[in-house]
Amino acid sequence: MPTPKAKKQKNMRSSGRTAPELIFGNLWNFDPAPETADPKVKATYDLFIDGKWTQAKSKKRFDSINPANEKKIAEIALAGPLDVNLAYLAAGRAQKSWARTPGKERAKYLYRIARLLQDRAREFAVAETLDGGKPIKESRDFDIPMAAAHFFYHAGWADKLQYVAAGKTLEPLGVVGQVIPWNFPLLMLAWKLAPALATGNCVVIKPAETTSITALKFAEILQDAGLPPGVVNIVTGAGETGSAVIAHSLAAKVAFTGSTEVGKKIMRSLAGTDKKMTLELGGKAANIIFEDASLDQAVEGIVNGIFFNQGHVCCAGSRLLVQESVAELVISKLRTRIRMLKVGDPMDKNTDIGAINSLSQLTKIKRLVASGIKEGAKLYQPECVLPKQGYYFRPTLFTGVTQSHRVAREEIFGPVLSVLTFRTVDEAIEKANNTVYGLSAGVWTDKGARILKMAAELKAGVVWANTFNKFDPSSPFGGYKESGFGREGGRQGLLDYANLV
Amino acid sequence: MSAPLAPKALKRLFDKIGTVDAVGIEERVLKYGTRSIKTDSKLWGLRCAVSMVDLTTLEGKDTPGKVASLCQKAIEPHEFSDTPKVAAVCVYPSMVKHARKYLGVSPVKIASVATAFPSGQAPLKTRLAEVRYAVAQGADEVDMVINRGAFLSGEYALVQDEIAAVVQACGKSALKVILEVSELETYDSIRAASCLAMQVIREGDFIKTSTGKTGLNATLGNNQVMLEAIRDHYLATGVAIGMKPAGGIRSAKQSLQFLTAVKETLGDRWLTNKRYRFGASSLLNDLVRQIEKQRTGAYQAPYAFSEAAESY
Repeated sequence: MPTPKAKKQKNMRSSGRTAPELIFGNLWNFDPAPETADPKVKATYDLFIDGKWTQAKSKKRFDSINPANEKKIAEIALAGPLDVNLAYLAAGRAQKSWARTPGKERAKYLYRIARLLQDRAREFAVAETLDGGKPIKESRDFDIPMAAAHFFYHAGWADKLQYVAAGKTLEPLGVVGQVIPWNFPLLMLAWKLAPALATGNCVVIKPAETTSITALKFAEILQDAGLPPGVVNIVTGAGETGSAVIAHSLAAKVAFTGSTEVGKKIMRSLAGTDKKMTLELGGKAANIIFEDASLDQAVEGIVNGIFFNQGHVCCAGSRLLVQESVAELVISKLRTRIRMLKVGDPMDKNTDIGAINSLSQLTKIKRLVASGIKEGAKLYQPECVLPKQGYYFRPTLFTGVTQSHRVAREEIFGPVLSVLTFRTVDEAIEKANNTVYGLSAGVWTDKGARILKMAAELKAGVVWANTFNKFDPSSPFGGYKESGFGREGGRQGLLDYANLV
Repeated sequence: MSAPLAPKALKRLFDKIGTVDAVGIEERVLKYGTRSIKTDSKLWGLRCAVSMVDLTTLEGKDTPGKVASLCQKAIEPHEFSDTPKVAAVCVYPSMVKHARKYLGVSPVKIASVATAFPSGQAPLKTRLAEVRYAVAQGADEVDMVINRGAFLSGEYALVQDEIAAVVQACGKSALKVILEVSELETYDSIRAASCLAMQVIREGDFIKTSTGKTGLNATLGNNQVMLEAIRDHYLATGVAIGMKPAGGIRSAKQSLQFLTAVKETLGDRWLTNKRYRFGASSLLNDLVRQIEKQRTGAYQAPYAFSEAAESY
């Protein structure tokens, strides 16, 4: 092979390197590309009860903080038990006529809501990023379009409820209490509201205290859509408000998405009542890479699986299980890929990893990462400059992790990936299932039969094959074991908001 | 030279280089499209892209006159600004001597297609003779096509031997190996053909997507497959191979997406025309137009820019 060796050697000498290495330097840095649309956020927000903005009885407010720069965005009313009671009474009053409204008419409201959300998509995307710290490209390309898609999808169901199950139809449960998390504020609201409304229920919903703004902006859309007063009531506040929503005697069902810890408390508190319940809780998903997988695409999937939304994803692929024969290669490809991720201002269109949602979450991530180091796992973080203000955390890779490491067992809910290895298919299944959680899993292999086997053996609500973090309104989502029960989306999701009669 | 004689080593090569997941690679390249490149970084990218253009005319109706205007455009893409020169002009072998006459001592290189471009359906002897002719006429670079028929019938050794023979015939001229991706069809084949070629070509040589003569030419997807093959080859051997997407890249915006792929896959050392080229012609005027927009703040009419190349 005729190779101009002299030239090659010269190149290597001039860079002072012996082994070939790729240089990802500053030759072509992208200038800041901030999204500048006006999020139209008000300075203060009240509660949305009975179709009207209502002051909290306590007159208390709390601050909503932009996690990207720790600045206050708005003051939000703190709902107490009295306010929650008012919301339930309003929902109870609206319930009968909403349930009697023909499905076809309910569908029109849902279609209207979906379209209004699309109309204001950019504004909502900016508000979502401002309030929650997620990269604008994710709120723009994922959160808001998916939220609209859920309303469209369930609008389609509203007049077809007699076809969900042969010979039976669906009847609403009544008033539903819903408590949603801070990782996908508007999308989780859509996941909860759309099926509830399509099946004729009225709702009292509480967004997370760190991310209430898009829910409150969404109330404007409900007003514009002319939704009858009381059908949806939005109360804001922290844990105590949430407890009041869960515990209220008018609630026929409660739906909660959040941590397993809180989920367990809710289950205990509801034991002995006849309330229906769906819980979508934590996860510690295994992303399993077999040696025959297309490795570069698998690496892309791993990155998408754990660094999407700063890892604030209950179904995040936070445990990487990689076959020993390709482990070294996969890890080296992963390191290279992680160096490409831009961490910083969430409002910049080029940002891949934005701000951690809150100081308390950042503290939790730091604590768990420190435990990983202490327990002897090997840490890798790319060198990247983090903004001085705001809550940020570098994408993090732990190698040499075993099943008994805390970073392999506990949900970190941050951009932290733990890498474990396996040798055989059975070992992969055993390790993947060796967790209290069971929300999702990923399988990467070129062998179709293996995909089917893994899908059957993995105890997880969703198993992705050669992809990760794919969602669709028609695809039911939910967990096994301590990841909760009940499904959201699809036909199964409807059944969790209705009685089959 | 029939398929069963293809050495086992090559079969093993295909096992070793791994597969490409089509859905995954297309998802990856979509992310390049969401990179927002503004102000100074945009200008840098546009100027870089101009310097990487292989300004091309490959038509039956090419004349010395057409080649002359192409060469003038290559040296001075826009008469009113300091736009960089393009990397090369790319012509048929019979036009090389005319290009040499017009380019003189300019740093703009002359690339010549050869090896019975675009089909490659001629005896090896004829193809090699054409390569030697192009080199003798003064071609700095030779763009060859691989034997797709042999590749698709499994005669990988033949494909590789022919590339090695062309490398010899090139002498000091750089070689660009056209895979003609639309005829290979799958990403797996594109990766395999890339690896096959890279094993026998030299540092400073290129692999290239297409001839521009078939339906589908350079896409971000096949560009990415080839960039990743180059990366893997470089990390394994230390030999840095260049890349040339050709055909179908008409807008400045597209070219910036391709450059983003280079930046994020191969890194800074490939952001140079020694290692990355665009086989294009109409792209150049859009680049110049965008550069003028950055400079003056306003778009100018298409006719404000000299037309010297229309093909691909």
